[in-house]
Amino acid sequence: MPTISLEREERIIKMKEVEIKEILKKLKINPTTVIIARNNELITEDVKLNKDDVIKIIPVISGG
Amino acid sequence: MPCKKCAETPVIQLTNSDIRLCKSCFIRYFEKKALRTIKKYNLIDRKEHVVAAVSGGKDSLSLLHFLNRLSIKKRDFKLSALLIDEGIKNYRDETIETAKKFCEKNNIQLHIASYKEGTGKTLDSIKKQFPDTVACSMCGVLRRYLLNKKSRELKADKLATGHNLDDEAQSIIMNQFRHNIALSARLGPTTGVKRDKRFVPRIKPFYFLTEKEVATYAFLNGLIDRFKECTYCAESNRFVVRNILNDLEQKYPGTKHSIVASFLEILPMLKEKYKGQDINSCRICGEPASSETCSACNLLQKIKK
Repeated sequence: MPTISLEREERIIKMKEVEIKEILKKLKINPTTVIIARNNELITEDVKLNKDDVIKIIPVISGG
Repeated sequence: MPCKKCAETPVIQLTNSDIRLCKSCFIRYFEKKALRTIKKYNLIDRKEHVVAAVSGGKDSLSLLHFLNRLSIKKRDFKLSALLIDEGIKNYRDETIETAKKFCEKNNIQLHIASYKEGTGKTLDSIKKQFPDTVACSMCGVLRRYLLNKKSRELKADKLATGHNLDDEAQSIIMNQFRHNIALSARLGPTTGVKRDKRFVPRIKPFYFLTEKEVATYAFLNGLIDRFKECTYCAESNRFVVRNILNDLEQKYPGTKHSIVASFLEILPMLKEKYKGQDINSCRICGEPASSETCSACNLLQKIKK
């Protein structure tokens, strides 16, 4: 199962979904508000993950 | 699907289109778009001193990174940075260090002004005094005041900010909701209704770039250290409008672009309508004001009571 690091909440979870679109949908995250990194490389939402992948969901919203 | 231009692995899919771009094609697209905004709206003239307002966050560091590359390439304007330390514990103190490191590494002169030095109080202590007032509304007044005053003291010709398309769409809608069209007349890629030597014109090179594009640019250039949000951010009206617009954007891609494009069509009429309003000098501090005293002095008087 891919590992998902949620930067805003500072927590790490595992999910059975391998499509980023599905992962965001399940987590109720609006894709326009985040960027996704795998091994420190940005990836688009149509990428399918491998079971050992670790991804970071980084909010794009400015801190103020 | 690969990068539209070179078939490399893409890093982003652009909003409202099927276009995907790889790292180098995206950076080229981003910088070209910012440069086009500078040229189209004549944001920077030759030999000008541009002061970039920085906070150490991703938007302002992206702006500084972009302007620094441009100034090295063009060699026809001077660049320095101005940081306002509001005094927000566990937030600003951390981003200040990031800004300092960036400026040191890139040989950019960084000026720091603080609420404490300018007003005698930090934002944290002002918020403690007025717990029921939204921090952002007080902070915005003091921040704008100090940015203008300090950049004028630095003899800046322009004050550049990292405002992006999302910020502008939010401001337009917020002003609509509050029936504050006079404030909207001051918006646009360059701010202000008319030139006044007491105001340093503000320029927004990232005006047509989305927040997601700015975050992508920041990430690709190693400018995102870690995600950090202002302690008071969730209190603001902007926060609510931002969420509404993001929901709309997801359902109807291109919404934010349309808001800004429609607004730009009516902006010349708004500027014309409000250009006759006089700008006074605040009787307390001498800074520009729309009434007898400026908003910053009004707030400071309340704080001192």
